[in-house]
Amino acid sequence: MPPPVEEVLTPETFYEVMRRQGITRRSFLKFCSLTAASLGLGPTFAPKIAYAMESKPRIPVLWLHGLECTCCSESFIRSAHPLAKDVVLSMLSLDYDDTLMAAAGHQAEAIVDEVVEQYKGNYILAVEGNPPLNEDGMFCIIGGKPFVEQLKHAASNAKAIISWGSCASWGCVQAARPNPTRATPVHKVPGLPDKPIIKVPGCPPIAEVMTAVITYILTFEKLPELDRQGRPKMFYSQRIHDKCYRRPHFDAGQFVESFDDEGARKGYCLYKVGCKGPTTYNACSTVGWNGGLSFPIQAGHPCIGCSEDGFWDKGDFYSRLTRVHGFGIEADADRIGTTAATVVGAAAAAHAAASVVKRMRGKGGNN
Amino acid sequence: MNHTSHSEEAVYVYEAPLRLWHWVNAVAIVALAGTGYLIGSPPPSVGGEASASFVFGWIRYLHFAAGYVLIAGFAFRIYWAFAGNEHARQIFLPPVWRGRFWREVWHEVLWYALLVREPIKYSGHNPLATIAMHILFVWFTIFMIVTGLALYGEGTGMGSWQHTLFSSRVIPLFGQSQDVHTWHHLGMWVIICFVIIHIYVAVREDIMSRQTIISSMFSGWRTFRGNGTPRDSD
Repeated sequence: MPPPVEEVLTPETFYEVMRRQGITRRSFLKFCSLTAASLGLGPTFAPKIAYAMESKPRIPVLWLHGLECTCCSESFIRSAHPLAKDVVLSMLSLDYDDTLMAAAGHQAEAIVDEVVEQYKGNYILAVEGNPPLNEDGMFCIIGGKPFVEQLKHAASNAKAIISWGSCASWGCVQAARPNPTRATPVHKVPGLPDKPIIKVPGCPPIAEVMTAVITYILTFEKLPELDRQGRPKMFYSQRIHDKCYRRPHFDAGQFVESFDDEGARKGYCLYKVGCKGPTTYNACSTVGWNGGLSFPIQAGHPCIGCSEDGFWDKGDFYSRLTRVHGFGIEADADRIGTTAATVVGAAAAAHAAASVVKRMRGKGGNN
Repeated sequence: MNHTSHSEEAVYVYEAPLRLWHWVNAVAIVALAGTGYLIGSPPPSVGGEASASFVFGWIRYLHFAAGYVLIAGFAFRIYWAFAGNEHARQIFLPPVWRGRFWREVWHEVLWYALLVREPIKYSGHNPLATIAMHILFVWFTIFMIVTGLALYGEGTGMGSWQHTLFSSRVIPLFGQSQDVHTWHHLGMWVIICFVIIHIYVAVREDIMSRQTIISSMFSGWRTFRGNGTPRDSD
């Protein structure tokens, strides 16, 4: 049920929501300092976050789902600090998230219209997944209409759009070649209202990164600083490789040659078994997963580069060199290169032979 | 060599700074291709304690150092196109707007197809060589410098000039970092093909066109055996 209008006009603060859920002030302050730390802010920012959460009204968030696997939501609700989950879940369940909310059917869809109208320019649109554009968007239908229409409608009055995960940010698996449904990342959807877009790529993105982005927007009432590709700099300015704890093995030249070899047991660098850490911008090697417990490389598996554009189309996950398409057979840069160099070398040799023959003949005639 | 009709003419083509650049650049390219290949396909893993070796670190260091040598050399080479003699400008500005240039390119093609008897003599590059140098050398070197600095800037990180000027602009252009790696890698193979052609043709023309090619890059002088003055000597 949508909340009555009076309640919407005087929304609760985050703090009120938390207290209502039985969270102590002590736990609340702990959440604020942890969030400050994960945002890379100094300790003096923890009280500022606390103040913002106490005094500022919740920002309504519409959380739409297009073509996706819900792994972003799954990651989000596993945010290490239980408070973050409670805060944000209570925030979302009041508005719209078709996976998590209790409402369903027409009532649920009515919430979208209501938020769009009542919070003009004041709500955040979070998009998980992306719209397919082929066949007028018929490959993804929400409430009887193509998802792309719901997306454009919800975006019309939004303050900003958050593209959760690689689907919304880049396209991900459904946009991998040959992309039969023409799944299109949010920022490339034609006719989408011009709003600032924050990309939070990853398949899924790290839970703490997701909650921190929302907390930042609330605390400072502005969007986090973004890089040229629209990702928050605080989490996506460095590669996995730059902060990888196995980096000393990389520099030393100590590599895992194959899984289960001596190097793998010793925890050597996974570069030769295809680790995409050197080309992947994400915070896994600093923030970690599941409450900082581990991340793929720590578990002995190479990074597959899931937060990078088109990571499905770069060949198999276990080779360093990208497969280059368009050669009929699958080939990497070295295969193409050695073939080209061999052809050029053979051509030079043949030409040299022909030149010698010609010269001999010429001499025979002239002298 | 003791022909009766022997006549020899010499032109000073390659000035000393340009010759020095040529050989420094050649060494840099060999070092870059060697270390670059190893960066894509590293040598066998070493044992022992990680702090005891720096094998891959050295390979990468040599690559970056050679890269900077190449960049500094290329910057000098552009300066020398202005400061040097007219031959120093040739590979940067092929006169593609001239009909005569293209007719002579065609003549060169016929020469390499072994269909004409005598090549036209040039004191500098022949027109076909000028085009090949301009595209395969000048533009691919620029391509390698730009993509190379973009990849290097990923390590120096945000805020460094390499990242600000190159990484942050070039990487989105290609899609993602992995794509820039692949194109940089393919660029290496283009340069290797260029080197094969360059060396083969230099040796061949030294013999077949009756003019010095290889020794010119050491002495600076190009001498012509037989009759006829070079076409571009006026």
